[in-house]
Amino acid sequence: MASLEISALTKSFDGQEVLRGLDLSVGDGEFWALVGPSGCGKSVLLRNIAGLVTPDSGTIRLAGRDVTRLAPAERDIAMVFQSYALYPHLSVAGNLGIGLRQAGLSRADTAEAVRHVADLLGLGPLMNRLPQELSGGERQRVAIGRAIVRKPSLFLFDEPLSNLDAALRVHMRIEMADLHRRLGRTTIYVTHDQVEAMTLADRIVVMNAGRIEQTGRPMDVYHDPANMFVAGFIGSPRMNFLDAGRLGRPGRHVGIRPEHITVSRVSGAVSGTVDHIETLGSETNLLVRTAELGFVTVRLFGHQEFAANETVHLDFDRQRELYFDAAGQRLR
Amino acid sequence: MRIYALAVYLFLYIPIGIIALFSFNAGRHASQFQGFSTQWYGKALSNPFVMDAFQTSLTVALASAVLATLFGTMAALALQSVRGRLRLAFDALIYIAVMVPGIVIGIATLIALVTLFGWLNPILAAIWPFAAKAPQLSLGYGSLIAAHGLFAMALVIIIVRARMAGMDRSLIEASADLGATPWGTFRQVTLPQIFPGILAGFLLAFTFSFDDFIIAFFVAGSQTTLPVYVFSSIRRGVTPEINAIGTMVLAVSLLLLITAQAILQRGRKAE
Ligand SMILES: Nc1ncnc2c1ncn2[C@@H]1O[C@H](COP(=O)(O)OP(=O)(O)OP(=O)(O)O)[C@@H](O)[C@H]1O
Ligand SMILES: [Mg+2]
Repeated sequence: MASLEISALTKSFDGQEVLRGLDLSVGDGEFWALVGPSGCGKSVLLRNIAGLVTPDSGTIRLAGRDVTRLAPAERDIAMVFQSYALYPHLSVAGNLGIGLRQAGLSRADTAEAVRHVADLLGLGPLMNRLPQELSGGERQRVAIGRAIVRKPSLFLFDEPLSNLDAALRVHMRIEMADLHRRLGRTTIYVTHDQVEAMTLADRIVVMNAGRIEQTGRPMDVYHDPANMFVAGFIGSPRMNFLDAGRLGRPGRHVGIRPEHITVSRVSGAVSGTVDHIETLGSETNLLVRTAELGFVTVRLFGHQEFAANETVHLDFDRQRELYFDAAGQRLR
Repeated sequence: MRIYALAVYLFLYIPIGIIALFSFNAGRHASQFQGFSTQWYGKALSNPFVMDAFQTSLTVALASAVLATLFGTMAALALQSVRGRLRLAFDALIYIAVMVPGIVIGIATLIALVTLFGWLNPILAAIWPFAAKAPQLSLGYGSLIAAHGLFAMALVIIIVRARMAGMDRSLIEASADLGATPWGTFRQVTLPQIFPGILAGFLLAFTFSFDDFIIAFFVAGSQTTLPVYVFSSIRRGVTPEINAIGTMVLAVSLLLLITAQAILQRGRKAE
């Protein structure tokens, strides 16, 4: 069990700054989700924490101990890779046990620990199989098991579920939550899936271009974003950014989420025509073309019938509007 | 499409089949089958010249393949961390070694070695500290092994590198994360993954040397390898004995390949 403190971390590759002075403070036993656009440095940050790359400057402290210059094996950290990275020539049991064997544990103790983790993850019947004889979900479970079995103080997950199909992903998401509840280890979890981030995490970190834009509880980040980047990145469909001047609001941009707009066929503050309709059953998304504000996305609950080019009227929930200045910073 | 493929296979394998068939010919003509017999195998195997050439070929092929595999694998691993212009230069040199015709390599190696020996032998004689006469460097086993080993090394580098390109980088990172030392990572992750490449490289290097005629013809000196022997006896006409030798070489090569394949399969199943 341990807290993680990162301060002023920087890392460049070939003169290209990938991490630009990161600060992060993760409490003991917390589950943090790390999100951000592709290439923003999430994997590089994890590899720095794991010790697979050495930062140019800055410090990483785990449980109060400075681990910045330690070898991966000395850090008490276990990482789960997106591609699983299982040893192809070792059986499931061999893969689960190799970390412990390398740490100098006896054969008997390793077998004992491996059996325990196999029970925890339901891997018992698969112990003698090779990775290539496993399904994606089973491989994923072995990769997680290989990390768990070492009882590290910190877990790092790099998009662990992204290679699974949608149904298995939902299943594994629930297993991840359950596992975290039972083990209670400090965890940093990189994901592209907002649902994973929102549902699993105690805290979300939004990264962009090697910097942290905001950290906070999922609902705080969602309802109270610090700037336009975070407001636009979190939430799907994406938040609408409209011209504040035309709406007579403060600042430069008005941010309003698609679900905070109501549609009427009779009257409303702004009129437009339906340009595109997405009917998902549980929700209906409309792309409305307006004369004064451009395109506006609207999200309606349930299945609703609209025709293309139909004229509709929109009303904005003023309580939910967010205002941003020209630099994209939030005005409060 | 199928007929086309069939034609290609027939064209490739019929000549080999004919050689195998006529090696069992009872008569002494290479083009007229006169009944089944294994007498030519007996003749070939009891011919001291054939056995001597075979032993030379085997020794040279084994030694050069071992050297080529060892240094080729090391070079492939080292080249991983070489980037930019230097890498380009190395790549070019490796491919040139594979592409240059054997006759050019043979002549060039011969000239280079003879010149080198011409310089070194007097020096060696001058500094030789013992009473006995100083040994003379000359063409023979050493030059054969060196020449074959060098050029087979390029083959091994290319094969092992192709294998490494397909390697999962995160596996190496995972190994470090799991607490392995760099040597441990090499043994547990890199080596098992590139081993098929190394084995394939070894077999190719072996076959390259075992089958090579052109380079051997120039640098063998007083030694006679099997292809050189076959060449010199063909000038006196093709006999079923030559066919028998060819068939045995083929059988040995096939046996080697099948064994290697079996080892690879077993290796994948184990643990
Ligand atoms: N070993 C490396 N050498 C050079 N550049 C690298 C290296 N590793 C990462 N980079 C660069 O650093 C940047 C950030 O990469 P990183 O893998 O952290 O992105 P990411 O946020 O994980 O993206 P994704 O969501 O697509 O996985 C990229 O531009 C990448 O090209
Ligand atoms: Mg990544």
